[in-house]
Amino acid sequence: MKTLNIKNENKKAFSEGLRNGIPIGLGYLAVSFSLGIAAKNAGLSAFQGLIASFLCSASAGEYAAFTLIADNAPYIEMALITLIVNARYMLMSCAMSQRINPQMKLRHRLAMSFGITDEIFAVSIARPGYLNPYYNYGAMLMSIPLWAIGTALGTVAGNLLPLRLVSAFSVALYGMFLAVIIPPARKDKIIAGIIIFCFAASFASTYLPLVSELSAGMRTIILTVVISAGAAIIFPKKPSGEGE
Amino acid sequence: MTHNPYIYILIMFGVTYAIRVLPLTLIKKQIKSQFLQSFLYYVPYVTLAVMTFPAIINATQSPISGVCALLVGIIAAWFGASLFKVAMFSCAVVFIAELIIPLVL
Repeated sequence: MKTLNIKNENKKAFSEGLRNGIPIGLGYLAVSFSLGIAAKNAGLSAFQGLIASFLCSASAGEYAAFTLIADNAPYIEMALITLIVNARYMLMSCAMSQRINPQMKLRHRLAMSFGITDEIFAVSIARPGYLNPYYNYGAMLMSIPLWAIGTALGTVAGNLLPLRLVSAFSVALYGMFLAVIIPPARKDKIIAGIIIFCFAASFASTYLPLVSELSAGMRTIILTVVISAGAAIIFPKKPSGEGE
Repeated sequence: MTHNPYIYILIMFGVTYAIRVLPLTLIKKQIKSQFLQSFLYYVPYVTLAVMTFPAIINATQSPISGVCALLVGIIAAWFGASLFKVAMFSCAVVFIAELIIPLVL
């Protein structure tokens, strides 16, 4: 009886993940299209763009990597830049580790890790309680193939698309980020204040001398660590179980 | 020397997956420290906010349309529009704004 309940719950989580994966996937399709153009400029074929996107599912990280391929950069540089631009996933993975049932099997941890993207992280962490890996699998199954297909399509047909459409699609992912951070900000003034502060700090760091010379990925990491640490000191959360 | 694109892709995958998988498999205990708990609680909001602005303004052909996308996205999300709707509203606004801007300026 108990195993049956768990099975049903996993099934429900999976279909919920599939459903929430649809908007993510459509956003991915639009954005990865422009990523495909970068892949083409780097001399990659549609197939190479497809597997790169399927394996990595990282927007900024892939952009940076494709630029390096275009420059015929050394392999070690590729490894370093990928590490720096994608390091935020490490923070997300740490945050997720705190929301995992201690009894969860290793294979689930290994499989969930494959799909830690900004968007899948955002939707899965927004659910209450322990993370259900089947929810993530649903979201991954619906969105990651579209990310890969969009990249391949962009490689083939990117230059056929009017510049105005590419420009419009390029804000899709930012729209999704706003959809994740704004609703909690409406409920919690502290989060609202932190977001406004983040916008200001991020804006300043983009134009300030010295800091602005760092890559966008590096700036994201530094700002994330500094601001989150500051917020944790000034507005500590009650230990889990009491506050939520 | 020219490099093999498949080795490039393999490196991209190896590094990206290692970053994602190591914390999730190695951190098995609940972190007790209130500071670290609070820190990890704020990370998602901070990192997504930092990535959104000012990048959204520089993503479009004209910064004006980027600002419009930001404002419309915030308003739509504030009033509870779904992930997909907020994203599509932002796209639509950029498309419309960039049709109008050349006529006005």
